[in-house]
Amino acid sequence: MTVVKTQGLSKTFGDFKALDGVDIEVKEGEVFGFIGPNGAGKSTTLRVLLGILKASEGSAEIFGKDVWKDAVDIHKRVAYVPGDVNLWPNLTGGEVIDLFGRLRGGYDKARRDELISRFGLDPGKKCRTYSKGNRQKVALIAAFSADADLYIFDEPTSGLDPLMERVFSEYVHEAKAQGKSILLSSHILSEVEKLCDRVAIIRKGRIIETGTLKEMRHLTGSLMFIETEKPIPDLAELRGVHRVQVFDGGWSFQVDADELDAVVRHLSAFGIKRMESRPPTLEDLFIRHYEETETGAGGGV
Amino acid sequence: MSQLFDHTWSLIRFILRRDRVRLPIWILSFVFVSAGIVLVFDNLYGDDIERQAIAETMENPAMVAMVGPNYGGADYTTGAMTAHEMLVMTAAIVALMNILLVSRHTRGDEEEGRLELVRALPVGQLSSLTAVLLVLTIVNALLAVLTGVSMAALQVESVDLHGSLLFGAALGATGLFFAALTAVFAQLTQNARATTGLSIAALLVFYMIRAIGDVMSEALALTSPLGWILRAKPFVENLWWPVLLSVGLAVALSLLALYLNSIRDHDSGFLPTRAGRTQAPATLRGPFGLAWRLQRTGLIAWAVALFILGISYGSVLGEIERFFEGIDLFQQLIVEQEGFSLIELFIPVLSSVMAILASIPAIMVMLKVKTEEKNGRMEHVIGRSVSRWRVAFSYWLLAALTAITMLFLTGIGLGLAGNAVLAEDLPLGTYIGASFVYLPAVLIMIGLALAFIGFLPNFASVIWLYLGLSFFVVYLGELLQLPDWVEKLTPYGHIPAIPLDEVNYGVLALMIAIAVLLSVAGAYGFRRRDLKT
Repeated sequence: MTVVKTQGLSKTFGDFKALDGVDIEVKEGEVFGFIGPNGAGKSTTLRVLLGILKASEGSAEIFGKDVWKDAVDIHKRVAYVPGDVNLWPNLTGGEVIDLFGRLRGGYDKARRDELISRFGLDPGKKCRTYSKGNRQKVALIAAFSADADLYIFDEPTSGLDPLMERVFSEYVHEAKAQGKSILLSSHILSEVEKLCDRVAIIRKGRIIETGTLKEMRHLTGSLMFIETEKPIPDLAELRGVHRVQVFDGGWSFQVDADELDAVVRHLSAFGIKRMESRPPTLEDLFIRHYEETETGAGGGV
Repeated sequence: MSQLFDHTWSLIRFILRRDRVRLPIWILSFVFVSAGIVLVFDNLYGDDIERQAIAETMENPAMVAMVGPNYGGADYTTGAMTAHEMLVMTAAIVALMNILLVSRHTRGDEEEGRLELVRALPVGQLSSLTAVLLVLTIVNALLAVLTGVSMAALQVESVDLHGSLLFGAALGATGLFFAALTAVFAQLTQNARATTGLSIAALLVFYMIRAIGDVMSEALALTSPLGWILRAKPFVENLWWPVLLSVGLAVALSLLALYLNSIRDHDSGFLPTRAGRTQAPATLRGPFGLAWRLQRTGLIAWAVALFILGISYGSVLGEIERFFEGIDLFQQLIVEQEGFSLIELFIPVLSSVMAILASIPAIMVMLKVKTEEKNGRMEHVIGRSVSRWRVAFSYWLLAALTAITMLFLTGIGLGLAGNAVLAEDLPLGTYIGASFVYLPAVLIMIGLALAFIGFLPNFASVIWLYLGLSFFVVYLGELLQLPDWVEKLTPYGHIPAIPLDEVNYGVLALMIAIAVLLSVAGAYGFRRRDLKT
C-alpha cells in the first residue's frame, strides 16, 4: 500500500523553481531515503508534504488524502522532525516534548521517559541552553514517542554524535519492524545506505534516480582497480567506462554492468597484474549522477 | 599578570565598530531630548507666573514620587524646571541603555559563543570585560559632555554652562554606575536574559526606593543612586558630590566585576540556576496555552505598568482645576462644555491616551504569530494536528483578552486614584466605561494586525506606524486644531467620549463587525499561504 505519493509536484518561489515535477512514492513499511545536496529541494518537498508550503502544481497525498486540505487529519498519524530545530528559549526540553505530544493529540508517557534516558537528554534545562544536537534530540524524542504511521525526518542526525546516531537507527529499525513507514532526507550517505530500502536522488528540484540500492548499483556497475604490464591508451574511450583515474601505479574506474564483460576481455590483452572490484557505495552513485547530469562544475556535494 | 589585559585596545575598537550605529543613536537621542526639553519648556511656559503654577503642582506627593522633590521652590526657572522634571527619568533611561549594552557585550556574547572565539585568540583573560567597561566609560563621558554643551549652547537664560555640564555629568555618572552594576550581575547570572532581568529589576527597585524616600524620608532616598544623583540640584545649587559618589562606586563595582570574572569559568555563573520543569504543566496543551506561556511575563509587566499609569493619571485629577487655570496648553486641550465638570472633561482625554497605550500589548500578542513563524517555531505547531485557523484564533483570543484586561486596568487605576484625591467621587463605572468603550477600536487594530499577518506578513510592522499616527491625531489633534476628518482616519477617533457624548451603539457595533471581518479575512489569508522562515 502506498503511504506517500506525489505526482508532478512543483513549487515556485517568485521566479525560482524549487521543485520541478517531483514524483516519489513511499510504500507502507519501508524506509525511504531522499538524498541530494543542499538547496536541491529536499526540505521543500518535505515541507510541502507537511502542508507548511502549498504546492504550485501537481498533487501530493499522504494516506490517500490531500496534504494541504487534510493536513490536520493527516498529522494525527504523522511525526515530523524538521532539519533546523528551533525551540522556545524559555521553555524546558521536557515541556516542549509534552507540548508536542499534546498538539499531536496524544503520546505515550512511558515511552517518552524511556526515550529521554536512551537519548541522554536533560529535560529540565531551558531550550536556550541546548546545543543543536540536544534540540534535535528533543524533536526526535517527541517524534518517536508519538504512535505515528509515518515518520518524516529532515536530516535527523546532522547534529548527533555517533552514539546517538546509533540510537536513532535502532528506533528507525524498530518502527520499521512494526510496519511503519519512514521518509528520511539526508546527505549523510552512509546513514541512508544503512537504513533505507529505497532511495530517490534529487537535483535542482527534479528526481534524477529512484529505486532500491541494488537496482541503482546494477545501473551503475562496479568500481574497478587494475594494474597491467602494458599501458592502456584508450581506457577512457571504452564504452561503459567512467571516471578513469591514475591511482597507485594503476587505474581506477567505474564500469557499467552491461559492458563489464566486454571491458574485461579488452583489458586482458594488456597483461593484468592486479585486478580488484567492489560494488559502488551510495556516494559513488551519487557523485556519478551529479557529474553525469552536470558536466563541469556546480554539481558539488 | 600583564597578560590578563592583552589586546584590550583591539577589543575596544572592535566593540566600537560593531556598535557604530547603535552608540551614536543612543547618545544623540539623549542630547536631542535634553536640549529639546529645555526649548519646549522655555517656549511653553513663557513667564514666571506660569512656571510658578507648575512648581506648585509639583509639590503634590504623586509628582514628588514620580520625579523627585522640588528644590527649585520659589525660583522655578526654566533650568530648575528642566533638571527637576527630567533628571530622574532621563537618568533611568540612560541606565537602561547601559544595562542593555553591557549585557549584550558580556553575557550576550558569552552565551552565543562569540566570546569563546575571542578567548581562543591571544587575548587576555580580562581584556574583553575591561574593553566593555572602558567603552561604556567613553560612551557615558561623551553623553555627559555633549548633553551639557548642547543644553548650554541654546542660550536660554537660567540654563548656564555649569548647570548644564552638571546635568550631563549626572546622567553619565548614573549610566556608568549601572554599567558597572550590570557587569557584576553578568558574572553572577548564567545568561544574558537573567543579567538584563536582574539589572532592570535593580533599576526599578532603586527607582522605587527613591520614590518612597523622596516622599517620606530623605535618608532612605539617599540610599538609591537615583536618589542621591537628584541631590546634585543642577541650575540651583550645582553640587558635584553626587556625581563623584556615582563614579567612585562605579569604579569599585568594575573592579569587583573584574575580580569575579577572573575567578569564574567561562559560561558559568555564581548564582545557582534553578532546575526547570521536566514535564509540561497541564495549562501548556494547545496553541492558546503556548501563546500565553510565551508572553506571560511580558503581559504581567504590561498589566502592572498600565495599572500604575492609570493610578498616576488619576492622582493628578485633583490638580486639574489648578492646571487648567494656570496653563494655556490645557485650555487648548479641553473644550469646556455646559453641564460637565472639568474632571469629566478631562477623563476621556486621559482614556484615549491610555487606550492607545493599552493597544500595544494586544497588538504585540497578535504579531507574535509572525515572530514565531519567522523563527521557525510555527512549523512545530502546524506540523502537528493543529489547524492554522486554530492557531490564528488562539492568538487572536489572547490578544482580545489582553485588550479587555488592559483597558479595564487603566480605567480602574484611574478611578481608584482619582476618587482618592477628588473631593466628590465619580462612580467607578464612569472611569471604567470611558476606558472600556475603546475596546472596538483596539479590536480593529488587532484585526488589522491579523490581516497583515495573513496577506502581507512582511509589512506587519506598518501597524505600529498606524498606532503612532493614531496617538498623534488623537492626542494632539485638538492642540494643533487639525480638521475633524483627520481624527476619523483612526478607529480611536470614532469612539464616543464618556461621559460627555451620547453613546451610539450602532457605531460601536459596526466597528466590532469590521474588526471581526478583518480578523476572519486575516485568518483565511494565513490558512492559504506558505509559512515563511
